Amino acid sequence: MTISLNLQKREPTSKSLSKLALLAASWYLLYWVNDKFWDRLLFQVVNLSPDSKVGESVRFFFYDSTKILLLLTGITFVVTMLRSFITIERTRAFLGGKRQGIGNIVAASAGVVTPFCSCSAVPVFIGFLSSGIPVGVTLSFLIASPLINEIAVGLLFTMFGLKIAAIYLASGLIIAITAGMVLGKLKVERWVEPFVYANPMNAQGEFASPHYTVQDRISLAKEEVVSIVKKIWPYLLAGIAVGALIHGWAPTDFFAKHASASNPFAVLIAVLVGIPLYSNAAGVMPIVQALHDKGLPMGTLLAFMMAVVALSLPEMILLRRVLRPKLLATYLAIVGSGIIFVGCLFNAIL
Amino acid sequence: MDIKVLGPGCKNCVTLDRIAHEVVAEMGLTATFEKVEDYAAIASYGVMSTPALVVDGKVVLSGRVPTPRHLKEILEAI
Repeated sequence: MTISLNLQKREPTSKSLSKLALLAASWYLLYWVNDKFWDRLLFQVVNLSPDSKVGESVRFFFYDSTKILLLLTGITFVVTMLRSFITIERTRAFLGGKRQGIGNIVAASAGVVTPFCSCSAVPVFIGFLSSGIPVGVTLSFLIASPLINEIAVGLLFTMFGLKIAAIYLASGLIIAITAGMVLGKLKVERWVEPFVYANPMNAQGEFASPHYTVQDRISLAKEEVVSIVKKIWPYLLAGIAVGALIHGWAPTDFFAKHASASNPFAVLIAVLVGIPLYSNAAGVMPIVQALHDKGLPMGTLLAFMMAVVALSLPEMILLRRVLRPKLLATYLAIVGSGIIFVGCLFNAIL
Repeated sequence: MDIKVLGPGCKNCVTLDRIAHEVVAEMGLTATFEKVEDYAAIASYGVMSTPALVVDGKVVLSGRVPTPRHLKEILEAI
């Protein structure tokens, strides 16, 4: 695959803004027409029965794939445009001089909004430490970043409402803050690979940060949407297929009987199942929704989702480059138990 | 012109490398290319977010894959 050399000219801001409005309007139209289109096609043209198991599953598959894809592209687009105002260098400068405690809180919040590709986790770790930010504060940042995915916040908000999205955001922040504080208290500096300290970063990182125009931000957002959709569509389809099966065939009382809110093992199992699954928060959303429809409690589902995104194997392999095994194991244990605790807590109070 | 692409070898770095080659060819420049994948070496440039582009020893871009137009503008300014 080659990229076409699209050496486009700069366009005036007003033109970029009207393009943006057009994009928003077409997105809204598609979203609005989605259920009407599939209902008509499946139940009137193809003549499936809306009450049959097949009809229910097929409708779930098509309607939900379209809906989640639309939400995913829309939310990713908006989030990327907003995030283009923040850079990791600005975040680091902002965190400089913050101590344990308040530093963890600021770092976890910054971790939610600062854009960086997960393969940058190691350079970020080195960069933060070399500018004097404590390990615990740095870890709060690195835990929050995958654990609280703004796209997932947006999806939860549109699918389950404000309360669930706020709970996810708040509990993710609390886990990242607490885990970073505990790791900081354990004086984990000695468990960091020595080359990190042997390598003072030079100050050239302060190169002129790019000056984006509206046109640049739109093309950034478009690129991000394309790359996210390319990356996660297999997970998304698999998730929706599993969701559709659960939706049509799993007996309604199965989960209520075996995984009710009062069963703490359900949360533990959900977390254990989530660890080897490597997906994006958006990819697990259809499964979460189908299981939710079948009566699985939200605490268990949030714990499952967090385990999938925050305790992934590729991330651990990356972090192993800078963290000694002992620190990595402690990190896993603290974040894992945090997720289980949050799951049980919300099962108990929701 | 001496061009270095900094990054541990993930997909973004590969894409940046390809775009850099294409833009340089399009502009008719002569350049030597090098990929820097070692974390310590990346850190020595002060780069925290990959992929990054270093031209003649100076970091000109970090943390994103540029569009060809953006990259052309950067190279023209040098």
